[in-house]
Amino acid sequence: MNTNKLTSKEEQKTSMSKSKKLMLRFKNFIGLIISNKAAFVGLIIVMLIVIVAILNSIFGKLMLPYDPFTGDLSKSLQSPSSAHFFGTDEQGRDIFSRVIDGTKISLRVGVISVAIALSLGTVVGSVCGYFGGKLDMFLMRIMDIVLAFPSLLLAIAFMSALGKGLDKAVIAISIVTIPEYARIVRGCVLSVRESEYVQAAKAIGNNEFAIIFKHVLPNILSPIIVRATLGVSGAILDAAALGFLGLGVQPPLAEWGTMLGAGRSYFFNAPYIILFPGLAITITVLAFNLFGDGLRDALDPKLNA
Amino acid sequence: MLLDIKNLKTEFKTKKGIVAAVNGVDFSVDKGEVVAIVGESGSGKSVTSLSLMRLLAKTDKTKVTGEALFKGENLLDKSEKEMQKMRGKQLSMIFQEPMTSLNPVFTIGRQISEAVIKHDGATKKAARERSIEMLRLVGIPSPETRIDNYPHQLSGGMRQRVMIAMALSCSPELLIADEPTTALDVTIQAQILELMLELKEKLGTAILLITHDLGVVAEVADKVVVMYCGKVVEKAAVLDIFRDPKHPYTIGLLNSIPKIDENEERLFIIPGTVPNPLNLPSGCAFRDRCPNCLEKCKTCEPPLINLGEREVRCFLYEKENEANG
Repeated sequence: MNTNKLTSKEEQKTSMSKSKKLMLRFKNFIGLIISNKAAFVGLIIVMLIVIVAILNSIFGKLMLPYDPFTGDLSKSLQSPSSAHFFGTDEQGRDIFSRVIDGTKISLRVGVISVAIALSLGTVVGSVCGYFGGKLDMFLMRIMDIVLAFPSLLLAIAFMSALGKGLDKAVIAISIVTIPEYARIVRGCVLSVRESEYVQAAKAIGNNEFAIIFKHVLPNILSPIIVRATLGVSGAILDAAALGFLGLGVQPPLAEWGTMLGAGRSYFFNAPYIILFPGLAITITVLAFNLFGDGLRDALDPKLNA
Repeated sequence: MLLDIKNLKTEFKTKKGIVAAVNGVDFSVDKGEVVAIVGESGSGKSVTSLSLMRLLAKTDKTKVTGEALFKGENLLDKSEKEMQKMRGKQLSMIFQEPMTSLNPVFTIGRQISEAVIKHDGATKKAARERSIEMLRLVGIPSPETRIDNYPHQLSGGMRQRVMIAMALSCSPELLIADEPTTALDVTIQAQILELMLELKEKLGTAILLITHDLGVVAEVADKVVVMYCGKVVEKAAVLDIFRDPKHPYTIGLLNSIPKIDENEERLFIIPGTVPNPLNLPSGCAFRDRCPNCLEKCKTCEPPLINLGEREVRCFLYEKENEANG
């Protein structure tokens, strides 16, 4: 009984120290991000964007000053004022409300398409890198073919096959970005595959699946995370481009690129119609890029020592 | 007999031709015995061990033939699945470089537990207990706290101890140690060797020790297999090798060890270099470097000649054998 108690206490101790250690690592990590000013600014903006998107998803129109979808035609094309911070568009809709409402759409497109491309790319890249041979040749040549097209052109081609709309934009963007992740993962897997700890893992009887997912992938996580963060901004930009071309998110939904496309004919008399959605895109992309760069430094083991 | 290797051949296809890294090797390991394979770089020691573990990459460029009977079953005939069940459980391996042979992202406890969970079906808790026990066995102080350390928090010697704990956690019958002490400094080397011997006594594990260090051999081995250019050139009990080396290569190796009581200006070296495996000389592979090269050595390859308790691949002992026989 006594020993039992002791061991359970001991266990508590070790689990305590484990969570403490995790906390310490998290603190170190945040410290590193904060010490890099650009990354810190990026992190703050990214967090703000995420919070806005989440609040907007929960409260909907309640948190916006105006309904983003129904306008008052008598108030169309108004300049920014205290009533309408960013002015109104050709249908008299409040641009501020629409830009805020567009945040969740852009973020969703960015995150979901990266998640799809990342998971498929990781599978393709790790299988190619680990097993090599003819399968590697075959899959990587397909990836090369995809890479040979400018990604936006290919996405447009996919959209014309799939049809218009938000979901289809997400699918098109993920397909054209799979090779980027596959290449990065394959390269990293190649460098880790030959390491002695992978040999040692084989020598205690692990199968290929366990070696790839338990020994190889955790070791190459940081470059993948960095690439994915930077990938979010790329996906947001692609989605905006598709929206601008009228292929992505359809009006009246307030996607930033779609807003740019719809407002471009009013550019000369009401530049604010496209100024603010454009700024939103720029700031979001910049924030993700800054954060991604900071993440790369923070996850670099040489700087972390 | 635990392991009986017969005519093991490992060939690699390269652009310039076929390289036989291991070219017809025979030797055996008994239960609880320490057998050392000695030879310089490129003599095929490590390839022999990797062939046994079936850890060479499976491509059409690698060909392993012969027999490696482990408790009567040929390892070379086993499927990959069967091998996965045997690796770690029945035969285990430790590597040369303890600094890189542990996975940097996991705690050592998790890495030792892995094999126990996989082969013995232990629960996480039981595996942790077992890991602590193993760490204590290999002489790591306060294993209860050390178990949650990451590899970078340990010194090289400690890491090699962890590697040994990992390899022995499922009590395998054969441990293949590929230059386990090469990357360690001399005092730690002695400790690790002592530990391996101690564990051999306790657990009854046979050890196949691969090394180029004759000092290590003298300390731990029961039997010695000297390899040169993928072939066994001499096989004997450890005392016989040191007291009375037969093959000119073995003699050369022993002479190259600096002696503390001699005050020589230059160390002895075996003249020449290991021949290119793509372009081995005709006859004996060692003939260009051999001080006692006969006319016969240039044309015929000497067979392994049985001298009672030992074997040697050299024509110099041919007559002796006939006289004996």
